[in-house]
Amino acid sequence: MSTQDAYEEYYVPHNSKLPIFASLGIFLTLYGMGNMFNEMTAGVDSSFGEIVFLLGGLVMGTTLFFWFAQVIKENHEKLYSDQMNRSFVWGMSWFIFSEVMFFAAFFGALFYIRVFVVDWIGGVGDRGPSDMLWPEYEPHWPMLNTPDPELFPGAKEVISPWGLPLVNTILLVTSSFTITVAHHGLNEGNRKKLITWLGATIALGIVFLFVQGYEYYHAYSDLGLTLASGIFGTTFFMLTGFHGAHVTLGTFMLIIMFFRALKGHFSKEDCFGFEASAWYWHFVDVVWLGLFVFVYVLGS
Amino acid sequence: MSAVIEEHHHDDHHHGPDKGIMRWVLTTNHKDIGTLYLWFSFAMFLFGGVLALGIRAELFQPGMQIVHPEFFNQLTTMHGLIMVFGAVMPAFVGLANWLIPMMIGAPDMALPRMNNYSFWILPFAFGMLASTFFMDGGAPNFGWTFYAPLSTDYAPPSVTFFILAVHMMGISSIMGSINVIVTILNMRAPGMTLMQMPLFVWTWLITAYLLIAVMPVLAGVVTMMLMDIHFGTSFFNAAGGGDPVLFQHVFWFFGHPEVYIMILPAFGVVSAIIPTFARKRLFGYDSMVYASASIAFLSFIVWAHHMFTVGIPIAGELYFMYATMLIAVPTGVKVFNWVATMWQGSMTFETPMLFAIAFVILFTIGGFSGLMLAITPVDFQYHDTYFVVAHFHYVLVPGSVFSIMAAVYYWLPKWTGNMYDETLGKTHFWLSFIGVNVTFFPQHFIGLAGMPRRIPDYALQFADWNMVSSCGAFLFGFSQLLFLFIVIKCIRGGEKATDQVWEGAHGLEWTVPSPAPYHTFSTPPTDLKEAHG
Amino acid sequence: MNRVKRMWQLGLSLLLFSNVALADWSALNLRQGVTEISREVYDLHMLIFYICCGIGVVVFGVMIISMLMHRKSIGAKPADFHENTNLEIAWTVIPIVILLGMAVPATSTLRDMYEKGDADVDIEVRGYQWKWQYTYLDDDPAKEIQFMSALLTPQEEIYNEAAKGEHYLLDVDNPLVIPINKRIRFLVTAEDVIHAFWVPDFAVKKDAIPGFVHETWAVVEEPGVYRGQCAELCGKDHGFMPIVVHAVEQDEYDAWVAEKQAEAAAVFETVGKTWTQDELMSKGEEVYSRNCVACHQVNGQGIPPAFPSLVGQGVTVGDIQENIDVLLYGRAGTAMQAFGQQLNAAEIASVVTYVRNNWGNDTGDTVQPKDIHTQMASQ
Ligand code: HEA
Ligand code: HEA
Ligand code: HEC
Ligand code: CUA
Ligand SMILES: [Cu+2]
Repeated sequence: MSTQDAYEEYYVPHNSKLPIFASLGIFLTLYGMGNMFNEMTAGVDSSFGEIVFLLGGLVMGTTLFFWFAQVIKENHEKLYSDQMNRSFVWGMSWFIFSEVMFFAAFFGALFYIRVFVVDWIGGVGDRGPSDMLWPEYEPHWPMLNTPDPELFPGAKEVISPWGLPLVNTILLVTSSFTITVAHHGLNEGNRKKLITWLGATIALGIVFLFVQGYEYYHAYSDLGLTLASGIFGTTFFMLTGFHGAHVTLGTFMLIIMFFRALKGHFSKEDCFGFEASAWYWHFVDVVWLGLFVFVYVLGS
Repeated sequence: MSAVIEEHHHDDHHHGPDKGIMRWVLTTNHKDIGTLYLWFSFAMFLFGGVLALGIRAELFQPGMQIVHPEFFNQLTTMHGLIMVFGAVMPAFVGLANWLIPMMIGAPDMALPRMNNYSFWILPFAFGMLASTFFMDGGAPNFGWTFYAPLSTDYAPPSVTFFILAVHMMGISSIMGSINVIVTILNMRAPGMTLMQMPLFVWTWLITAYLLIAVMPVLAGVVTMMLMDIHFGTSFFNAAGGGDPVLFQHVFWFFGHPEVYIMILPAFGVVSAIIPTFARKRLFGYDSMVYASASIAFLSFIVWAHHMFTVGIPIAGELYFMYATMLIAVPTGVKVFNWVATMWQGSMTFETPMLFAIAFVILFTIGGFSGLMLAITPVDFQYHDTYFVVAHFHYVLVPGSVFSIMAAVYYWLPKWTGNMYDETLGKTHFWLSFIGVNVTFFPQHFIGLAGMPRRIPDYALQFADWNMVSSCGAFLFGFSQLLFLFIVIKCIRGGEKATDQVWEGAHGLEWTVPSPAPYHTFSTPPTDLKEAHG
Repeated sequence: MNRVKRMWQLGLSLLLFSNVALADWSALNLRQGVTEISREVYDLHMLIFYICCGIGVVVFGVMIISMLMHRKSIGAKPADFHENTNLEIAWTVIPIVILLGMAVPATSTLRDMYEKGDADVDIEVRGYQWKWQYTYLDDDPAKEIQFMSALLTPQEEIYNEAAKGEHYLLDVDNPLVIPINKRIRFLVTAEDVIHAFWVPDFAVKKDAIPGFVHETWAVVEEPGVYRGQCAELCGKDHGFMPIVVHAVEQDEYDAWVAEKQAEAAAVFETVGKTWTQDELMSKGEEVYSRNCVACHQVNGQGIPPAFPSLVGQGVTVGDIQENIDVLLYGRAGTAMQAFGQQLNAAEIASVVTYVRNNWGNDTGDTVQPKDIHTQMASQ
């Protein structure tokens, strides 16, 4: 238990212009996005939504840039005590927990559909009488024959896990190793090792995204597997899509860390930014393993 | 924006507040931010309340008098949303901001800039939500529970903005909760163990955990809606292999913990006030902590008690019934502990105590009706009637809202340095107490007699009690203007408050001067004897 | 105001615990209903209610005693106990026991409700915005009875231009008719959004969910008229979607079935003949006011953008085939329903004629029932 003398001053900035700009930024981004979507769905030809959206993105991006710059600067000025760093660690951990719960919602939806709904519509179980509405439908997963093929045409075929998805799994698992090696490099004070392996991780992340992009292209153009092709396509693209978005974010974080490492930031004692990105990367990796098992392997 | 985006001083702590409006926009001070949250919440309470008065005015008599059915649904929906997300939740976050650092001897919240961000997202979010009233097709009209497909394929275009507003509230809540948890886990004064924290801090720790666990799920479900509406997915459409009931499962996985998010901090407040005015230590501190944790745990596994009539298999119905009933046990422990705290105390009945006692009684009545709703076969009769409306207003209005008022009266002298006007306070209490019961007690009757909720017009046999209920609503509503007056009066002056304020008050916040200085505990307190409330 | 006066009386008498208040008690409580299940439910309700009252008396009693006796103003000194393990165990265990006492009868009632068994009559109940469709299922489709059931209360009563009738808001044009003492199975579903089929006297409430069918059942023991309402928010006219069930003796039921089947045959006849424009317009007006005004309004202007105007724009003055198709098949994913499943050919033909020749829409088109019939049959 620390005593009074061991106490270090906890830095409380006097005030800050950053949050209000960030609030404005997020508001404009989402308000623009809402208009964009509504214009799209209503078939209205207007670029109001897009303009607001881009403006919001600009405000948000700029603010975040200055925000991080500010934090890095304060860190260099040694304003942050150990206690402050612990706050960052806790903060990041709970943020990742919230992300886990976000994915849990979509995984939960997938399980519920697979385990219950497919059968119910097909006439099994307590809600079995439902099949009187869908006489043509045969319960089967992956659901290629939707209950109403006129509205939701179903896919011709789904993606086999043992091709590109397996490659992607290997890429991501490897990247979890490379980032750990980079971390070791950091801890040993071996900057070259840090930069090399961090670079490798980023490269793996980018390749992953390209493979994923190609896979989507293939699904849309060859397999008829789309967001609108029924519940299989829905869960498939939503889960893998959100994962992809997180990989993109994680890669950005790593790229920032890469440049910071090049500039000579980080030491064994002072590497929270790097560690946070690394945890995030591991989290993204774990989610992928879940996807690989539940969406790809058990889904085909 | 210049590269030096903020003025930055090494002697930050010796600063008082800035002058003018910018103080509030740029502040990173937990007390300022707490104040902002509280005022924002009160404004939303009035807004949501005016919508409720619209509902009650239309329901004053059978027949359509004031609004059209379409607009009535918008009133109901926005009333629920604004009260839950705009009034009650921000009020508790405001209390957390003001009190947690002072109660645990911390200089501020752990992440002060993010704290400001959490707050300032809210006015934008609610501005966007309120603006839907002026959009083509009107505001959201599908109930605060926004069941698909009424909220997807059949919704007005404003649903998109509703979804995005919910996203913003979610981001705000998650960041706010991260801040609370980190503050509590990392910033306690040296020597303060978890089991020495005041109960308000404990209940908020648990609440914040609930929030971080379920707000992302809410974000998930509104995202699914957004995709169904604009991108042709079929989460909630059986034609594509989805299920409208999926929506309800995901929503209530969020929604049920959400109702405990609105009551756990209230438990904390009451657990602070009753011992003070009974001049006796809180009975069963440990069991209070365990009970709160159990309630939180159980809240994750009972969600489908809102869905007994959607055609869940019987095994599921039974499971959700049993699990829900179990919540009565830890909640009962809390009620009994409060009663035991009062037993053989030396009680006085200042306004905060009156509100706290009313809380215990009326919340328990609401809890009893909750328990009745939990009995599946009978819920088939109660579900979606005014009996449910009566239940949740009893736990929310004389529950959460009364606890917030109790908290404001209790800590107002610490915040402002002045005592509020006790006579007016008591008047406010009695008007509210009578108003609330006249409004919501008759709703039990009309519910049992068979009046469905969310209807703008009703059959003649429900007329009498609806009229009573509407009268009560206006009494209760207008009494809140008195509350506003009392608070403003207290801010502007009054009898000076001592440091301890209340004879029986214990806890670190009572060791600092009244009004509490802009920065408290820049160095942590060493004497923790006072910490344990 | 008469009602206000009555309120005062009621309130005062409640305060005085007079018999007047107690006599009115049954109107403030759950109905016992007319099925075995509904009575079980009622008993269960009263049981839990009394238990809660009992607990309330104890808990609030202790509180009140404490508030009276342990107040500082009469010189009470605070004791300093703040825990007691035995006591705390006791008030954890006793509630558990009480809850078990509630759970046992609740479980058995629920099992009774879920009991599967062969039904004497199968009725499909389908919720539409904002009316019900009842189909008496039969292995022989020709014998199936199907009709819509919608609110009968006139708009004038709702908008206070006429005195409110006895069954204000709880009256329908075509009630559901069932025989007593027979097991009726309801197969509940919906066309558009979620509704809920609720008849309090049967203790039956089941959500009607589009794309799914849920079953529930009732055996009604007494003949009578039982009224309920849609119990799930389903949009604008959720409050105007009552359910009325006539439970009748078996022979009366048989007679009703025969009559309905004869009616269906008669409609079939009228479809065959050629209708005049006037006939079509007057029939059309009737159909319109019963089925369409809720959304498109009496003046045809609708409530844009949710419900489009039918006047001088769009398909009502455009392509006639498209106009017919909208009526027959609806617009998927919007509130515009497929009326081909609800109205017969004569009704469709006349309402199309009506919307194309009313409110200054002067297309001059007439549509003949037989053409619609051919089109419906070819589907
Ligand atoms: C603060 C908010 C809050 C709180 C605390 C609660 C508490 C409880 N609620 Fe409530 N509830 C809501 C807010 C809340 N609820 C809302 C907003 C809705 C409606 C949502 C919507 O549809 O719009 C709702 C709806 C709702 C339903 C669904 C009804 C329906 O739609 O058909 C059910 C069903 O089980 C339920 C049950 C309970 C139970 C068992 C508790 C328990 O926690 C209560 C426990 C407390 C006690 C029991 C009293 C004290 C205990 C004792 C003195 C011990 C001894 C007692 C016994 C042994 C009986 N609630
Ligand atoms: C914490 C939450 C909370 C709170 C505090 C309240 C407060 C009140 N609520 Fe409500 N309510 C809900 C949460 C809440 N409610 C929810 C979740 C629903 C379900 C929604 C749904 O079905 O989707 C609901 C639904 C609901 C209904 C059912 C509607 C329906 O089914 O159609 C009714 C009807 O009586 C009602 C009434 C009231 C009243 C009279 C109050 C009163 O306490 C309000 C008090 C009034 C005021 C505080 C107004 C004061 C203002 C003034 C006097 C004017 C001053 C003017 C200026 C300053 C400009 N509420
Ligand atoms: C529950 C609400 C509802 C009811 C009842 C209803 N409609 Fe509609 N109607 C709509 C909606 C919504 C649309 C718009 C559909 C769309 O977006 O394409 C519509 C569209 C139409 C159109 C096409 C308008 C155009 O120009 O595209 C016609 C014609 C029409 N309705 C006629 C009728 C008739 C005749 C009836 C009664 C038999 C009726 N409607 C009952 C909701 C309703
Ligand atoms: Cu149909 Cu409510
Ligand atoms: Cu609940």
